Amino acid sequence: MLKIENLHVKLEEEDKQILKGVDLTVEAGTVHAIMGPNGSGKSTLSYVLSGRDGYEVTDGTAMLDDTDLLALEPEERAAAGLFLAFQYPVEIPGVGNMTFLRTAVNAQRKARGQEEMSSTEFLKTIRAKAAELNIDADMLKRPVNVGFSGGEKKRNEILQMAMLEPRMCILDETDSGLDVDAMRLVADGVNALRGEGRGFLVITHYQRLLDHIAPDFVHIMADGRIVKSGGPELALEVEKNGYADILSEVA
Amino acid sequence: MSALPKRRQDATEARLTNLRLPVSGGWTLPAREDALTRLGAMGLPQRRDEYWRFTDPAAFNAVEVAEAEPFQNDDETPLFNELKPIEITFVDGVLDPQARDDLRHEGLQVAFLSSAVETDIHWARKVFGRLEAAGQVPVPRPFATLNTAFATDGLLIRATKPVARPVAIRYVHRDSRSDAILHHVVRVDEGASLTLLETGPAAARLNTVMESDIADNATFHHVRDQGRTHLRQAVTSVFARIGRDATYKSFTMTANGVLTRNEHVVEMLGDDSVAHVAGIAIGDGRTGRFHHDDTVFVTHDALRCESRQVFKKVLKNGAVGVFQGKILVKDGAQKTDGYQISQSLLLDEDSQFLAKPELEIYADDVACSHGSTTGAIDETALYYLRSRGIPERDATDLLVLAFLAEALEEVDDPVMAEALQDRLAGWLARHAG
Repeated sequence: MLKIENLHVKLEEEDKQILKGVDLTVEAGTVHAIMGPNGSGKSTLSYVLSGRDGYEVTDGTAMLDDTDLLALEPEERAAAGLFLAFQYPVEIPGVGNMTFLRTAVNAQRKARGQEEMSSTEFLKTIRAKAAELNIDADMLKRPVNVGFSGGEKKRNEILQMAMLEPRMCILDETDSGLDVDAMRLVADGVNALRGEGRGFLVITHYQRLLDHIAPDFVHIMADGRIVKSGGPELALEVEKNGYADILSEVA
Repeated sequence: MSALPKRRQDATEARLTNLRLPVSGGWTLPAREDALTRLGAMGLPQRRDEYWRFTDPAAFNAVEVAEAEPFQNDDETPLFNELKPIEITFVDGVLDPQARDDLRHEGLQVAFLSSAVETDIHWARKVFGRLEAAGQVPVPRPFATLNTAFATDGLLIRATKPVARPVAIRYVHRDSRSDAILHHVVRVDEGASLTLLETGPAAARLNTVMESDIADNATFHHVRDQGRTHLRQAVTSVFARIGRDATYKSFTMTANGVLTRNEHVVEMLGDDSVAHVAGIAIGDGRTGRFHHDDTVFVTHDALRCESRQVFKKVLKNGAVGVFQGKILVKDGAQKTDGYQISQSLLLDEDSQFLAKPELEIYADDVACSHGSTTGAIDETALYYLRSRGIPERDATDLLVLAFLAEALEEVDDPVMAEALQDRLAGWLARHAG
């Protein structure tokens, strides 16, 4: 489903290479985790895939099925089925959460040539999904992420994911800033979306999140490359021994 | 005439050449003659005057009116129609007797300045020209004085009880050279309430004054939309005098207009009152020059009053926005709560926002704050919205409307606020890119 080949990325404003040849394939129905020390390029990978400004792709490709992601605007990537749950969800004063979500859902439908969701259907759907994530009516009414706690912001990300039903989900350190209960809620939300046809890329520092969202594959990223790939046992190894052993082993 | 500098005197005399005090001014004549004398003494403003540094008054001083093609608004119904207001229409500054609703309404008295001679309207005599004259200190407002002397018509409107339906002044602009001078007088009696709407572009060049006398325990809401005409010029002056336990709320929306100067002078004279003055101006230099100036002066001269000034501007393609706002807290006006915010959102690097916020406080137990910001669209927020599938144009519009939300919240009536929001969204859609 998602196929990244030899991806090289540098910062637009300075001569700094961040990704130095990333190769990664995520098949439909699988969950891949990427772990790695600070500064290894994990978040950059998620930003580049979603189309954030400030990065320059110097080599390589990223395809979502037959779609060349790198050629598209961020909104086109979203309409193609890509979703990034942000590490730091953005506060947008003055834009109601509900308005934001309805606009997003219908914009994607329109881009795909589908009919817009009616207000009644939208309300029904969002209420049901919000309830599962323990998001109350007040949070839906408030401006996007404004005054939300860390946990509320992350749950709001998962709510967006549930409403938009993307094919390929990237979670960028969704566990950061979450207490145990919040993490379980978020993980339940993600697990509910797992299934045939949907791929996940979970970026995290810690094994903890992977206790709740069990990955099929684990990759270790260091210095802009994926240096080791394996099964869930790789995450346990990191948890036990840290990155140093793995890094010296592949060096 | 006192010794004005020659340039100022020449400019003033030139402007007055074609203007005459109305022969049939009736009871308004003494106030008009007084205004003419005052105008002679102060003269018309010049670019170098402190309060005209950011806005060139030349077009208002000019003897000839610059041509302004009337705007054919055939894609929108009249604003606030759904509120079924009591309507009065002026075409190029002249009352249209055909387009006038039945004005007999409980608690409402309406008369016209043009027929003032027929009846001595004693309540209006106490307000007409008086609030304007009082508002000349410490900053002169010569165009308002000129208006008092030469206004050809205007509404004399009094609420003696709560008036259920809003009153709407509909302005229609048809003549590309029209030069209108209108003077409205509003009196809201003790315990009464009134909502007054003004919509539409009134003339190629417009000078309006509104004097509002708001008694104890009275409520006055004033909401106006200055119309979509591109080349019109307008100088408006609102003077509000506010009694005890009273509420005054004024909101102005301006989209387009080559030159607009909206002055607001608010005097809080009774304890425990509330005065909010807010405005939204949106301009796109691509469809004609846009220069919009809000000049506000709020004086606290009583205990425990609350004032808010909330002004937001969205500017693109070389549009210029100006805000000059002052809160003056007089000695003894303790427990004053004064707030002022002026913000602009510049959608490109060609546009400009000039702000002069001022506080002058002579009481020692007050809470006053003011802030002014200029910024661009938040790129991170834009990316976040786009990453959810919202196209850049729509995402930008969402962020613009979000920026304007605080000012729009100053409109209490949700139906009015929604109608205004729809117009703003419509403007953004027409001015995309």
